Amino acid sequence: MADSAVALAAKPAELPELAAVWWRPRVSESRLNRVGWLWTLVALAHSVPFLAAAVALSVLKPVTIPIGVVLLVHAWAIPELYAARGAAVLKRRRGSADAGAERAAIGLLGDLLGHRARELRAQSGLAMERGRFGVWVLGEAGALLVRPGGHRVHCYCVGVADPDLPPSDRTAHLLLALREDETGFATVANLAFAGATWRVRRRLAPSLRGGLAAAVQEARAMRNRPA
Amino acid sequence: MSRLIRMDHTGHTELAEWSADDPASLEAAVRSFREELDQGYFAVVSDAEGRAEQVRELPAEAPLVIMRRPIAGG
Repeated sequence: MADSAVALAAKPAELPELAAVWWRPRVSESRLNRVGWLWTLVALAHSVPFLAAAVALSVLKPVTIPIGVVLLVHAWAIPELYAARGAAVLKRRRGSADAGAERAAIGLLGDLLGHRARELRAQSGLAMERGRFGVWVLGEAGALLVRPGGHRVHCYCVGVADPDLPPSDRTAHLLLALREDETGFATVANLAFAGATWRVRRRLAPSLRGGLAAAVQEARAMRNRPA
Repeated sequence: MSRLIRMDHTGHTELAEWSADDPASLEAAVRSFREELDQGYFAVVSDAEGRAEQVRELPAEAPLVIMRRPIAGG
């Protein structure tokens, strides 16, 4: 009895939002790896048949080379569309928040962040947070998780359903929820894309790329120095 | 002094300020805290090390308690 009470007390608190997605398995390190590989396989399954058909047609009947070119464009475009969907999670939303409210929200978010993350927020509008699964980059309505090593990124759609909140308050909501329970945060969020970091980087607005670059740098260091 | 704030459309609103050795201010803060919980807010205490903890009772010693809205997958 005493042991179970101690175990219960030691158990980290779960994100309350998990109750709304009770059917989802909790995200774990192995699940993230599995999902990453699955996305790679899906991307290959979408591209390789087009590539193979383009090559085969061109070799067998050179007159079909124009069709082969169309197939190559398909093989290139489908993974690009997925990556664009991933990058879109950091897109800034057009809101009705006034400048004064945003200034107040920036102040609170700045108080929550460390020195380096605060500088990054000022430059890119994104908040960076190191977690157990990797380095997180938080926007208004989504988050990127750069995995240790920096080569792979998971893109999540997640936000707070209050249209009147200023952008930095939205980011602060995500930051607090992430700090409460990283596993729960990744479970509640909807995965939009998982794949190579360079694919997402190309699709980000230039002003946001600095946020991803800083996270990649941190994630590279993390491989040698786990959290 | 400890502060209870709510993230809202104004950026944030200070709901209460209290001191652990001032029972009247603490009681007023607890009342505000419970009202916000009833409205569907979650209460979070974030520490200097970058950890945050959800609380269901107002921690009298916490310097800052933040009320936040639930998040959801988009």
